Amino acid sequence: MTRLSPARIALYVISALVLVYLILPVLIIAPISFSSARFLTFPPPSFSLRWYQQYFSNAAWMQATRVTLTVALLTVVIATPLGVAAAYAISQSKLRIMRVIHVALLLPLVVPIIITAVGIFFLYAKVGLVATLPGLVLANVMLGLPYVIISVLAGLQSFDPAQEMVARSLGMNRLRSFFAVTLPQIKSSVVAGGIFAFISAMDETIVALFISGGQYQPLTKRMFTALRDEIDPTIAAISTLMTAASFMLVLLASARQRKGA
Amino acid sequence: MPDPSQKHQRREHALMLALVSPALLVILALIVLPVGWLAWQSIYHDGFTLENYRRVFTEDIYWRSFALTFEISLAVTGIALLLGYPVAYLANSVPKGWSILILSLVVLPFWTSVLVRAYAWLALLQRTGVINQLLRYLDVTSEPLALVHNTFGTVVATVHILLPFMVLPLYATMQKIPSDLMQAGASLGASPSLTFVRVFLPLSLPGVLAGCTMVFVLCLGFYITPELLGGGRTVMVSMLVSRNVELYNQFGAASAVAVVLLLSVLAIFFAVSRFISLDRILGQK
Repeated sequence: MTRLSPARIALYVISALVLVYLILPVLIIAPISFSSARFLTFPPPSFSLRWYQQYFSNAAWMQATRVTLTVALLTVVIATPLGVAAAYAISQSKLRIMRVIHVALLLPLVVPIIITAVGIFFLYAKVGLVATLPGLVLANVMLGLPYVIISVLAGLQSFDPAQEMVARSLGMNRLRSFFAVTLPQIKSSVVAGGIFAFISAMDETIVALFISGGQYQPLTKRMFTALRDEIDPTIAAISTLMTAASFMLVLLASARQRKGA
Repeated sequence: MPDPSQKHQRREHALMLALVSPALLVILALIVLPVGWLAWQSIYHDGFTLENYRRVFTEDIYWRSFALTFEISLAVTGIALLLGYPVAYLANSVPKGWSILILSLVVLPFWTSVLVRAYAWLALLQRTGVINQLLRYLDVTSEPLALVHNTFGTVVATVHILLPFMVLPLYATMQKIPSDLMQAGASLGASPSLTFVRVFLPLSLPGVLAGCTMVFVLCLGFYITPELLGGGRTVMVSMLVSRNVELYNQFGAASAVAVVLLLSVLAIFFAVSRFISLDRILGQK
């Protein structure tokens, strides 16, 4: 059965090549960021932290980093409770309209992001939210909601609502029984959903390109502009840091999700 | 006189609607309203007009851009299927530890910012980049090849970004194919390749459809990669939208292009949803 046929060998070789194609670009960034050369040369002429220094000593990059972290944190703080409430209602309610609402809440995943971006830009231009922090946060809340809802709905699927009924029959009110019985059991998927919303806000670029400006420009917008103009290894340093941060967050989220399952 | 249980039920419904409404409000305000506005703006400018759509469908730049976008999306989907199918198949046919490793390698780049990957491809493919240096070192070429700032660079980087969207649904579908069926095929005397073609391949088609839909639809709206790696010559529809807004202040035209793009995407989702459930397509994102 496990005899190595030519077809099997071809399968191994092709798959290995595809995996190299997937991984190599992610791995190539780190050596560039630690090299002293302006362009990637093999072997790197010498090891250097100059691109990291350049990033940490540049006021514009630092301001952009602060904006990104602020927006991502506020996004999580707002999107998580909204998403949990919505997911709870979707899973508990027998109202027929809830199915339509469920689909509507996943719209940010369906509508091409460039259309969303332009639409929000027109709306914000009317109401004066262009180049403001609240505008940026609100847009990211909308984009992050589906991640929270999908994650929490998955958590609620393995939760037995009868438990909450029991708590209520024992005299707890609805709110208390939710916080005392339901929430602790779906906590892992709530945290995972929040982390995904954070990563989504940290990486969001296209909407920010249209609606952010002045001092409220996130890292991704500045990176995009820098990449369009020239290839500066400072971006390699920022990229390495961003990649490390999102990998750590993903590991955390998936450890959480596994615990919840 | 109202039945108390009915009253209770009404309260229950009201509570659930109250719980879902904040999230719904955000979605309505920030995606339904703006997109509706785009649609309105595309047909209304000092009165009803179809001028914007006439331009989209008759003027050469628009037409070429739509054609190019569909061509690139088709090419990307085809390449992603060719590259993704073997990987999903392998992940499905090896012991659990190995399949976890393979799938982790597939989703690893998925969690890297699209910008970071665009930067990586620029560093790899540019004239003084790694690939060109390697090719010259190996004496394959004497002149650096133009690998980026063209359609080639766009396709290479786009496939890289979208490949996980192909592999994951393929793997999920393949996993549900009972291995007994392969053994039954083998026991009836079919060769492994015949069992694959007659049994496995047809059963994996829902995964193929889900993966291809997701990759194709995402590619239609791609913006960052063609903008950074296309070198300004590969003008995809999304770039048409952004240029009409940012450079030319042609809001009506931008809106019409956006509406046509959105309708194409919705039409594809609708058509595909008649064969497989939408949950299955979107569940992977």
